[in-house]
Amino acid sequence: MVENRPFLTFLTHAFLIFGFVVVAFPVYVAFVASTHDLPTLLTGAVPMLPGSHFIENYSAILTNVSAAHGLPNYSHMALNSLIMAIVITVGKIVISIMSAFAIVYFRFPFRVLAFWIIFVTLMLPVEVRIMPTYKIVADLGMLNSWAGLTIPLIASATATFLFRQFFMTVPDEILEAARVDGAGAMKFFWDILLPLSRTNIGALCVILFIYGWVQYLWPMLVTTDTGYYTLMMGMKRMVTAQDGVIAWNYVMAGSVLAMLPPILIVIFMQRLFIRGLTETEK
Amino acid sequence: MMDTKRTTFNNKLLPYLLLAPQLIITLVFFIWPAAQAVKSSVEREDPFGFSTVFVGLTHYKRLFADPSYLDSLLRTGVFAVAVTLLSMGLGLAFAAAVDRLTRTSRIYTTLLVWPYAVAPVIAGVLWFFLFNTSTGILPFFLSQFGINWNHDLNGTHAMILIIIAAAWKQVSYNFLFFLAGLQSVPHALMEAGAIDGAGPVKRFFTIALPLLSPTTFFLFIINVNYAMFDTFPIVDATTNGGPAQSTNIMVYKVYQDGFLGLNLGSSSAQSVLLMLIVMVLTFVQFRYVERRVQY
Repeated sequence: MVENRPFLTFLTHAFLIFGFVVVAFPVYVAFVASTHDLPTLLTGAVPMLPGSHFIENYSAILTNVSAAHGLPNYSHMALNSLIMAIVITVGKIVISIMSAFAIVYFRFPFRVLAFWIIFVTLMLPVEVRIMPTYKIVADLGMLNSWAGLTIPLIASATATFLFRQFFMTVPDEILEAARVDGAGAMKFFWDILLPLSRTNIGALCVILFIYGWVQYLWPMLVTTDTGYYTLMMGMKRMVTAQDGVIAWNYVMAGSVLAMLPPILIVIFMQRLFIRGLTETEK
Repeated sequence: MMDTKRTTFNNKLLPYLLLAPQLIITLVFFIWPAAQAVKSSVEREDPFGFSTVFVGLTHYKRLFADPSYLDSLLRTGVFAVAVTLLSMGLGLAFAAAVDRLTRTSRIYTTLLVWPYAVAPVIAGVLWFFLFNTSTGILPFFLSQFGINWNHDLNGTHAMILIIIAAAWKQVSYNFLFFLAGLQSVPHALMEAGAIDGAGPVKRFFTIALPLLSPTTFFLFIINVNYAMFDTFPIVDATTNGGPAQSTNIMVYKVYQDGFLGLNLGSSSAQSVLLMLIVMVLTFVQFRYVERRVQY
């Protein structure tokens, strides 16, 4: 701070607290709604303070509510979300670090072409090629499978670029020293490059886990078998219940629980999260 | 972008093996489908799928003669600009406020970043609940001011709903980038401004904001990209493109026409047009990054 202005500082705090209240409002209302019974929520004026049905709603969503909507158990969908997020995270990191290693530490024909092929993925998000990608996954017999859910999503130009950028900053002397000591390419990769990349891998893990956890469009396209449903699809499905009244108390309890893992990760791994966010977008 | 190390390894086969998984996935699930989209955007399939004929730009001509597509273009533009302005404006305001504080800035950062982690579809569900015409809390408040909120019938209301939901999720992202930008503004410049008699507000607008312009431009591109392509789940969870197509933004329309309407030619032509838009955005973004590296 350049000068001391108590009144302006007071205004700043007031503005930020107001901002936080506005930003948190939807989640607060969701939490409040998850602690009331349905008739209370349907009266037209949603209460602003938590009610007494917290345990009832949360134990209901965790046990039998989803079955009534034609969905698997909540814990089953949570496990699907977790598997999807982890496979995408690990997959993206593994294939990206390998690609970046090849592009930076080797000279070979078609190297530039390979680089551009990876670059092009940035220009082809799944949203713009929905139909043909679906068709290919269907032709390969990958609908309703873990492979179909995850593999098409694990190509990553941003992660490759991040590792490439980092590898370029690793001093050449390290490589030369390793070669003098007789280390081959893979030994150098495992014993030197991988340990040096720890922070970058950590930052990417945070960002990519969130990316995998919140996926919606792709799982919706490639899975019709509810056994593969993730929490995102489950919650959406409960809101589009065909038979009239939406069970808001359960939907909100389920949504609050589905939001928690990525939010906790962002809050408790804030440093890695911010690093990952700012590094991958460059 | 193309440099390697001064010293490299000599293995002939290894680099190809290392690249293989990434390249195979890219070719099979990105480039091949994109090529298929281009191909089927210039073909027509007979109703039984037995044969296809080349029809040139017919699908494109038809799209641009179709009022509902032109309408979708316009609505996508309005939506993208509104989401971008709203979320960048709030992000900048929060960042400027947090940047003024020293001891408490980390706490406020924590309080403001987490919406990034909320899934777009859940964000849609939350705002759908808040704005629910019969039970929602916001229509209840609005009715006190004589506003009869009904996004099921009123297209403007529906558009406002998806703009708010999409912007809400993106504020934290803009906030973080603006804060990083503000914190890298040299302290000496701010002090010089203060000595010359500029107050905090004047310093913000005449020193910090101009220095932030690379960040602002970068965020503008990222936000337009976000609003155009990552907001599918929000539309799907709230309005389904309705009422009367009023929130049928381009990514939603491409899905509806292809998957629900089974109109392959039109959907493919729409895909190709969307690809062109992402290409332009990506090109602009990378041109700018190249420049920024040199400064």
